[in-house]
Amino acid sequence: MFRKKECVAMLLAGGQGSRLYALTNNIAKPAVAFGAKYRIIDFPLSNCINSGIDTVGVLTQYQPLELNEYIGNGQPWDLDRAFGGVHILSPYQAKKKSSWYEGTANAIYQNLNFIKKYHPDYVLILSGDHIYKMDYAAMLKAHKQTGAACTIAAIEVPLKEASRFGVLNTREDGSIYEFEEKPKQPKSNLASMGIYIFSAEKLYEYLEQDEINPESSKDFGKDVLPAMLNAGEKMLSYLFNGYWKDVGTISSLWESNMDLLGVKPAFDVSDPDWKIHSRNPLAPPEYLGEHARVSNSLIALGCEIEGNVEHSVLATGVIVEEGATVKDSVIMAGTVIKKGATVTYSIIDENVVIDDGASVGEDKAKNAGIAVLGRDLTVAANIKVAGGQIIDKDYKGETNNG
Amino acid sequence: MANQAVGVIFSNIHDDNIPELSHHRTMASIPFGGRYRLIDFALSNMVNSGITTVGIVTKNNYVSLIDHIGSGKDWDLARKDGGIVLLPPYSDENDAPYTNRLEALKGITGFLNRRKEEYVVISDCDTISRIDIADVIRFHEEKHSDFTMVYHEEEGEYHSSYFMTLEPDKDGRVKGVKINPVLKNKDKYNLYVNVMVLNREFLIHLIQDAVTRGLSSFGRDILTKNLDTIKVYAYKFDGYFAGINSLEKYYQHSMELLDKDVRSELFGARDIYTKVRDSAPSKYTDNAVVKNSLISDGCVIDGTVENCILFRGVNIGKGSIVKNSILMQDTVIGSNAELDCVITDKNAVIRDRRHLAGCEELPYFVAKGRML
Repeated sequence: MFRKKECVAMLLAGGQGSRLYALTNNIAKPAVAFGAKYRIIDFPLSNCINSGIDTVGVLTQYQPLELNEYIGNGQPWDLDRAFGGVHILSPYQAKKKSSWYEGTANAIYQNLNFIKKYHPDYVLILSGDHIYKMDYAAMLKAHKQTGAACTIAAIEVPLKEASRFGVLNTREDGSIYEFEEKPKQPKSNLASMGIYIFSAEKLYEYLEQDEINPESSKDFGKDVLPAMLNAGEKMLSYLFNGYWKDVGTISSLWESNMDLLGVKPAFDVSDPDWKIHSRNPLAPPEYLGEHARVSNSLIALGCEIEGNVEHSVLATGVIVEEGATVKDSVIMAGTVIKKGATVTYSIIDENVVIDDGASVGEDKAKNAGIAVLGRDLTVAANIKVAGGQIIDKDYKGETNNG
Repeated sequence: MANQAVGVIFSNIHDDNIPELSHHRTMASIPFGGRYRLIDFALSNMVNSGITTVGIVTKNNYVSLIDHIGSGKDWDLARKDGGIVLLPPYSDENDAPYTNRLEALKGITGFLNRRKEEYVVISDCDTISRIDIADVIRFHEEKHSDFTMVYHEEEGEYHSSYFMTLEPDKDGRVKGVKINPVLKNKDKYNLYVNVMVLNREFLIHLIQDAVTRGLSSFGRDILTKNLDTIKVYAYKFDGYFAGINSLEKYYQHSMELLDKDVRSELFGARDIYTKVRDSAPSKYTDNAVVKNSLISDGCVIDGTVENCILFRGVNIGKGSIVKNSILMQDTVIGSNAELDCVITDKNAVIRDRRHLAGCEELPYFVAKGRML
């Protein structure tokens, strides 16, 4: 029997995420922890399965080990399938040549064989560094109705921020007449979300053209989309109204975590109709002790809390000892905050030890910025880490040679 | 080593110990400890000892058990060879479903015959403990035992519809077995914890022999009468042990999880596997006051919680005060309600301003799905 998939998703997960500094020293950005029990890639993967898309290629390149292990056979997202499912696509060696992925378009080009195996009518291109809940099926429906070659998901952003994005200039019917990648003077506030649906044949055609163009930087935003527009292809914008956050910077990652807090949060991960699936760690329920004081926070399983936690997000197995205080912070799995230590306005990666009486970060109001500690390090007892400081190895205080 | 053993878990035996909680479910699927079911402890002990094939003997009320177990993947037991095998009762026009453990075992001789493992580990679901099954098998091999029974030293009264105490000699060989002895306050005794190891072929032989003789009780007809000819050894288990044989004991042992040492013994060194629900992390609001409590994922706490165990997806409304209570999955407490020594089963709803109280010996029980 001839089997096919109507739509195959390709998730670009190779980014280094260099603006996350110490948090991405050893892992790819999509593997960065988020929201106490998730990783960034849980959101596009959950969106796929919730939208009925069960065939996903994940393109990895930078530090893929942890991401590969996390995705595994895709079972946590119900993406372990005999036909379809999730597949890790790393750069590979071919008979004639082998090469790293050069740009987003080249990464997809190198995996056209994977896509073609499923004979899809449509290909959905996603990126692995955004936090959002989106029904790709609704976008696909719009794409089919308009008969476009390509549909680009777009969100309205404040005009002054638009220059950080690919900007879509559209007519009244939503069709795109111009695409500008990070323009200095944006003409519209409609930002591309980096989510594209292509009619499959058009994608193959333009990727093959782009590949042999020596001037191309092999990027969707810079090369492929403008080339399609120039050729007169029908390209539509698809307006998305929900919560969408690029968590590519320390401050946006912090903000997005905080957006989960409150009775009516800006971003709700507990919606039973749109579950966010993840690889669940094995841990007992969290324990809050006699002296614990926890308010306005999100706490994951396995935490043991005897101290104070306020306006913070604590991931699996975090320990906050008696007399310790955590405020306005994101603490990732397995970190231990010992007696009398304080953590303020910080992001702390996995398995960090903040020893007795140490202090990390400064009050948000002091505008010193977010303190960031990379994984597996120790801050020695009674040592102070200043606000805004970024540290990626054991810390015993400032030394002269720095 | 232990992958030379096949596991057999009895899911229904002892159902009558806690009628409140086993009305709609097997003993095996009674919720415990915030996010577990009783069977998770028996199953995890087997998995952590390297056992990869487990037959679950069941009889009735097993819908919730099937739902919990699924394909077995959450215990890493979705396997091509072996894995979790549900064994519902088999009956034809001549035979009614089994009424005792021997008949139940006779019903699964087909399953036991098809396996190739040397040993069988048989466990019930009425205990909470971290028994190292691999070590029990090692002991069984060392002693060239036919039949190894795990026991725990206990003191004081004990009540259960059916239980055994063992009298081993210095070497561990069992010289006497008592069934349902009357135990008083200061009595010390070796309680059999319903975990045993046998050679698979010996077990099959034992079952066939017993059935042809019309015997019906493992304890009364086989064990007590053949201690001279069958080599029965007792393995002493020293760790934390909780026998769940009444609602009062259920409450008492649940509350023991608030003790750090108990938690670290049960959950520390090795994992307890359970079904995954993909709940969001628990949310504590500005009004939350939570002390000495275990909170599972998916809870939203807008009130006060002290000395409690909250299962997944529990909601505590604003101004409500919940103390010394166990609230099972998706229980909803409205606002300004007060609860003390209450056990709510799944999906219970306690409306605004209700006051409910029991006591430690007799916790107030709210049945599954009840709205008060």
